[in-house]
Amino acid sequence: MKVLYFAWLRDRVGVAEEIVEPPIEVTTVGELIAWLAQRSARHGEAFADPAIVRCAINQNYAKADESFSRTDEIAFFPPVTGG
Amino acid sequence: MIKVQREDFDVGAELSALCAGRGEVGAVASFIGLVRDVAGPGELSAMTLEHYPGMTEKQLGELEAEALARWPLDRVLIIHRHGRLLPGDRIVLCAATSSHREAAFEACAFLMDWLKTKAPFWKLEEVGGQSSWVAAKDTDEAAAAKWTKNE
Repeated sequence: MKVLYFAWLRDRVGVAEEIVEPPIEVTTVGELIAWLAQRSARHGEAFADPAIVRCAINQNYAKADESFSRTDEIAFFPPVTGG
Repeated sequence: MIKVQREDFDVGAELSALCAGRGEVGAVASFIGLVRDVAGPGELSAMTLEHYPGMTEKQLGELEAEALARWPLDRVLIIHRHGRLLPGDRIVLCAATSSHREAAFEACAFLMDWLKTKAPFWKLEEVGGQSSWVAAKDTDEAAAAKWTKNE
């Protein structure tokens, strides 16, 4: 499945997007964050404080307890600062 | 109407087009956001706005629909730029038109407050040769929260 990163999350992870295959028991946004954080030192740094990481599933905001499917577009990014 | 673009925009032309031929419109309220030349303790040399293409348009479209549902408006316009901008450059134009001023003023304020916390944009500031991401403000969250309906 495809995961997108924006702003400092992308800087820390080192890529704007990647294809990942989390194990089947990873079903919620929070579980995905915990799993991604263990992929590498860079991922660990990016997801060190999950409270300041925002997630979107198919371009809609999603909370940590929300479930996703393997065909969804998942994005992680910092709190937004437009306007 | 939603526009997400790199290019600058002509405020007068945009507002004129918004009202052209709309005989019932008696009020246009607008807000223009600019790049400031200060960033914390330093002097800002440039600011780059990154966004999430697709989600940005989707979120701004939902904002427009929400404003049209809450107030008796004729039209809503949001233009938001992305890319590298310099101090004094325009970032965003937000406008609402209505028969009377109250709805236009309120809707315009609502749109900006929600845009600040919902539209997926991120600002990267350049100060003294160093780049750093702007942190979100709690005051923006509080401003957005005051428009939340009591269920």
